[in-house]
Amino acid sequence: MTARQFVIVGAGPAGMRAAEQLVAAGQRPIVIDEARRFGGQIYRQPPAVMQRERRDLYGFEAGRAAAVLDRFESLLPQIDYRPDTLVWQIEANTLQLLHAGRTHTLPLDALILATGATDRVLPFPGWTLPGVYTLGAAQVALKHQACLIGPRVVFAGTGPLLYLVAWQYASHGGEVVAVLDTAPALAKLRAAPRLLARPAVAAKGAYFVARLRLMGIPIHAGVTLLKADGNERVSTLTWRARGTTHTLECDAIGFGHGLRAETQLADLAGCEFGYSNIEQSWLPTRDAAGRSSVRGVYLAGDGAGILGADAAELSGARAALAALEDLIQPTSMERAAQLERETRPHLGFRRGLESAFALPPRWAAEAPDELIVCRCEEISAGELRTCVRDTGTRELNRLKALTRIGMGRCQGRMCAPAAARLLADAAGCSLQEVGRLRGQAPIKPLPISLLHDEAPSAFVPEDEDD
Amino acid sequence: MSAILHRIDGVTREAIAFELDGRACSALEGDTVLTAILTQSARLREAEFSGAARAGFCLMGACQDCWVRLVDGERLRACTTFVEPGMRVRTGSLR
Repeated sequence: MTARQFVIVGAGPAGMRAAEQLVAAGQRPIVIDEARRFGGQIYRQPPAVMQRERRDLYGFEAGRAAAVLDRFESLLPQIDYRPDTLVWQIEANTLQLLHAGRTHTLPLDALILATGATDRVLPFPGWTLPGVYTLGAAQVALKHQACLIGPRVVFAGTGPLLYLVAWQYASHGGEVVAVLDTAPALAKLRAAPRLLARPAVAAKGAYFVARLRLMGIPIHAGVTLLKADGNERVSTLTWRARGTTHTLECDAIGFGHGLRAETQLADLAGCEFGYSNIEQSWLPTRDAAGRSSVRGVYLAGDGAGILGADAAELSGARAALAALEDLIQPTSMERAAQLERETRPHLGFRRGLESAFALPPRWAAEAPDELIVCRCEEISAGELRTCVRDTGTRELNRLKALTRIGMGRCQGRMCAPAAARLLADAAGCSLQEVGRLRGQAPIKPLPISLLHDEAPSAFVPEDEDD
Repeated sequence: MSAILHRIDGVTREAIAFELDGRACSALEGDTVLTAILTQSARLREAEFSGAARAGFCLMGACQDCWVRLVDGERLRACTTFVEPGMRVRTGSLR
């Protein structure tokens, strides 16, 4: 068997299943992950010192989580697993890594990017106040740190995570003041036929809503989020529905509007991007097997387009088969075809989710000038609009050059969906036309002490005792 | 200012002593620096431009809005760094 260097970035459901497939073919893949423990965000594991039941951590998904986590754990002797490691640059089939304060270079033959997603955020004034977090953050606090944001918390925005997180908080003793869905109630009825592509998942969603209602937690749909106020930390959230404005007292807010694929590494790898109408954003293009436009680079999981954890397992395995086929030898087309077949219901379901949890269509038009869009450098919606008016720019990277939007420490991970919408609205063009922020290395801040390293050293694995 | 994070019951661990803005504090083993701070306070840092208080946002290493400083000047991302005994954390301005 030829040994080629397969590298997987990300140890969530896609990365873990990709590794499994490569191990089954006799390879020893390298799995690089930023987190200290594998699992990704969805199956994020708390520090080992916390003894917690999987049922408590993952709810209905405990069985699914156990299957993939235990399988990966059993394969660790056959995997070169490198947790706590950041990939900060990709150039010419070489990764630049940061681990324990040092950089390393890693040459490779095939790269499977399973970089996952973060919350997609359409902000409201006051979103930078202490106490305001993403829905994902609210969930990480609970899963990873056994903490609740609060004590009194409002969950807002839209997407399946809105109801899941609200239910997780309510069932762990959290004081959920209200659930405010920015999508209209009618949208869910219209989307119902498509959501039935995965009836069990749709049923779980309905269950969360029913339980929240039984607990007496107010749920409002068709809401416009107006502002959060507070002195030094959030104390109220003001919102509007059916022409009436309401103000709720709270100590914390969790909000988000679905998920946003993490595509910066695919960009640095040189992958071609195309506009996705479902995601309403630019994504790296791939074929049904996960091949990107760049030879030897494969895309899997939510980082390539949001389809959720179950589909991520399928696309991770499928991408690994494609890499094996391209580098080693033809693989079982039967297994590959099965994985692609099983992915199909997820595509239909995703279309249903996007209409059930439609983004607020007038968000950009209604965002007030004083809204801070960039939390890194505090650039406002008004500043972006003024720039568009004065310079006539219609392209996101040009707007970045002129205003620094997307140039702060988060590199646009938090502000890009909002900035692109504001630009499109102000310039009178489509979201597709304004383009996307180009990825720049390093994708996350690096310690300046790296400059004192003699030369980037090749990575020497810490234990080579097998 | 009271805490933003509140612990759920039933996850027992050893206590860890650390220092927050010159004050002796106690966290638990397995806490991130962010958790250690926000279980007793509502601020991690000040925004570089307005000076407004910030307390993180994404908790998954993406937004970079939770960088804090140690007294020796070292900077660390609070949501992805675990608190260690004797750590001396400063939440003041990074300017």
